[in-house]
Amino acid sequence: MKNKTIITAEPGKQEIFITREFEAPREIVFKAFADPALLAQWMLPAEHKMRIDYMDYRTGGSYRFIMPDANGKEVGLFGFIHEVLAPERISKTFEYEGLPEKGHVALQKFLFEALPGERTKVTIHYICESVSYRDGLVMSGMEQYSTICHNNLDQLLAKGI
Amino acid sequence: MRRDVFQALADPTRREIINLIAHQTLTPNGVADSFDVSRQAISKHIKILTECGLIVINQKGRERFCYIQPDKLEEVSEWLDGFRKIWEQRFDRLDHLLHKMKSTTKTKPK
Repeated sequence: MKNKTIITAEPGKQEIFITREFEAPREIVFKAFADPALLAQWMLPAEHKMRIDYMDYRTGGSYRFIMPDANGKEVGLFGFIHEVLAPERISKTFEYEGLPEKGHVALQKFLFEALPGERTKVTIHYICESVSYRDGLVMSGMEQYSTICHNNLDQLLAKGI
Repeated sequence: MRRDVFQALADPTRREIINLIAHQTLTPNGVADSFDVSRQAISKHIKILTECGLIVINQKGRERFCYIQPDKLEEVSEWLDGFRKIWEQRFDRLDHLLHKMKSTTKTKPK
């Protein structure tokens, strides 16, 4: 039985909340988010090959990831780390490269709460500069998902069904 | 042909148009200038987006401007689904990784 992913994006607001519980102690969960080699293993499906250009996960550090977009073109995602407080929270900014206009930066906060029984609750809080930017972010999710679907479909077709 | 929001969002150029005018108010020609395809092609996409109610075109003086209709996007109750599925799949992979990490920590304490 998988734990439930709860996503809240109220109409007309600039925020997105993502909440999920994990069957592992907080230190381990935190490490999976803060260690580049580990993060690259779960952020995108293995065949998408997310690459880490640089990632200096400490207060005042910065990062840049390179990942394929819906059309298979490589897109950069970069930002600055405002705070890393192991194993409790990470605050960082992020901006996609290649948008028609530069400077659309959003804030992302990760909160790690220890639960009884060596479990952890993770809350990811996005704060966007405008409602339309937030809606665009959710929609770009739709775009990525359709690529993933198409890839899965391609794999099925390759198997000859 | 039936027009609905999902049909409108099924095309990557139309999604780019929406993203573009979500950030700035543009004339149809202004939108076309941001793409490498013909003005006619963009004008067709804008027509479909208008028919689906995702954008409206308002006359302001001598110019016509495209405006996004976020309410229409909110109406799509499943609009979060793609985003949710990405995170669900991500977290499933994370579950596997955490499971591996837990067993390594037990056998090889650092």
